[in-house]
Amino acid sequence: MRKEYETVIGLEVHVELATKTKIFCSCSTEFGGEPNTHTCPVCTGMPGALPVLNKQVVEYAAAVGLATHCTITQVHKFDRKNYFYPDNPQNYQISQLYLPICRDGYVEIELSGENDQKPEGNPGTENTARTENTSGAENNSGAENISGTEIDRAMRKKIGIHEIHMEEDAGKLVHDDWSDCSFVDYNRSGVPLIEIVSEPDMRSAEEVIAYLEKLRMIIQYLGASDCKLNEGSMRADVNISVREVGAEEFGTRTEMKNLNSFKAIARAIEAERERQIDLIEAGEAVIQETRRWDDEKEYSYAMRSKEDAKDYRYFPEPDLVPVVISDEWLQKIKDSLPEFQTEKLSRYLKEYEIPLYDAKIITGHKKLADIFEAASELCKKPKKVSNWLMVETMRLLKEEEMDPEDLTFSPKNLAGLIELTEKGIINSTVAKEVFEKIFHQDVDPEQYVEEHGLKMVTDDGVLLQTIEKILQENPKSVEDYRKGKEKAIGYLVGQTMKAMRGKADPAKVSQILKEKL
Amino acid sequence: MVENRITDETMEYVGILAKLKLSQEEKEQAKKDMEKILDYIDKLNELDTDGVEPMSHAFDLHNVFREDRVENENQRDQMLSNAPEEKNGSFVVPKTVES
Repeated sequence: MRKEYETVIGLEVHVELATKTKIFCSCSTEFGGEPNTHTCPVCTGMPGALPVLNKQVVEYAAAVGLATHCTITQVHKFDRKNYFYPDNPQNYQISQLYLPICRDGYVEIELSGENDQKPEGNPGTENTARTENTSGAENNSGAENISGTEIDRAMRKKIGIHEIHMEEDAGKLVHDDWSDCSFVDYNRSGVPLIEIVSEPDMRSAEEVIAYLEKLRMIIQYLGASDCKLNEGSMRADVNISVREVGAEEFGTRTEMKNLNSFKAIARAIEAERERQIDLIEAGEAVIQETRRWDDEKEYSYAMRSKEDAKDYRYFPEPDLVPVVISDEWLQKIKDSLPEFQTEKLSRYLKEYEIPLYDAKIITGHKKLADIFEAASELCKKPKKVSNWLMVETMRLLKEEEMDPEDLTFSPKNLAGLIELTEKGIINSTVAKEVFEKIFHQDVDPEQYVEEHGLKMVTDDGVLLQTIEKILQENPKSVEDYRKGKEKAIGYLVGQTMKAMRGKADPAKVSQILKEKL
Repeated sequence: MVENRITDETMEYVGILAKLKLSQEEKEQAKKDMEKILDYIDKLNELDTDGVEPMSHAFDLHNVFREDRVENENQRDQMLSNAPEEKNGSFVVPKTVES
């Protein structure tokens, strides 16, 4: 029988910082420009060019360190990492080895306990019933009680952060299929990165994903990066080893690269765990190596030959002077830290009286939280805003396979839509239709409703006329209803709504029909 | 007479790191040079440096920063003017695929 194995995982996460300029020169960091249009002698490694450090990089890196409970190295330096590769024009990368800016921190992850299930919601916008029903108890309990309730039921675990250092990104290579050459674009060369090195504290793919999600959330809250895995502004290299349960020594680890989504990370971890266990079971040794994950084939292969021995011959970077973060400067960075998720969550429960589950989801994404706060401020209907975010927004995000950070609609238009619904100018079906337009094109709801004639017909004369006509046209349903078949009214309401082209209030239609019958 | 010896293996390894292909003659010369360098470093190591902070910079300066402001215009033509070969605004290099 196969022995029981434990997977030991540590992560190296690279995050592109959201600065306007590169780390050592004032070239733009803008994504997607024509090749080499954002380059200068510094970021193309011209002889004699001198790097000058971007102050914002230090502030972002220190802020991420503070938010992850690290000790900030107040006197730190840069080092030179030497290697030859065409994406690296200087033949060295400026990084930090000996004195990284942050050390010894942690983030706390929450692993889904059995009580962390999503409550069943009615997939329509008018699910205030659910909201109101589930909100009561939790709202009244207030913020200080959160830790004693639902959150505590989830399992928590601290994942250690070994260090965070600053470094520069490399250029991009594009390979020509037709000729024996590659094209180099140095627009990304010199874009500031932080590398966050975890301790080998994770034991499963679930923990890895929870750690990455938490890191991403913290960094997005800080505004230090948009952390998009698919665009490469957040990249994770995963170090994996296995050992027999109970063993004290770590097994030999491999490093997995080319992981561009959470799903790919999870699949790669599972596959690598199995590969290593198979080797051990067969009496073979795991070789310490870097492997590249092919997510299409769900298979990894070893990278780099002996020729490229990993010997980076680091030495202190002579072109840059040390950085000294004074106590005053550090305090300033601390004071400028934003309100993080836990504080926001407590405040939402107190200020907005929305259910805990909704508040957790909304505060889990900076973008959702920003939209929620701005729209609530405008329309003063936080529960409605929360509903639109939790139901329709989530549905469309899933449908479009988008991340909440990709949302582009303005809070003003969502607030406007809520007002139109509240004032009875449009009904909920039309509202959903308009919301889709807001979601995709950020249309002004008032203008859109006006232009497309979507206002509810408030003229009772027209409605009564229509109802009379429907009753005449559907004698069978009328008879059914009179015989006690209550359901028949639904059909009549539907027919009336259809005849009104959706621009009537269904409740009102139903009420009039009942009176008539 | 030098104290330090550079073995053939070391010579080979250093050649790989530096991406240099040397003739046998050049290798022998490089070995001698490196042996001398190592001897010189041994000499420097005789100095007692206990308690002395390693120096990374000759000047006693710190915190030389830039503000995060875009100042560089597109200067692609100049950047590419030294390239041995260019195509569609990119530097052309021998095919290099990470594998």
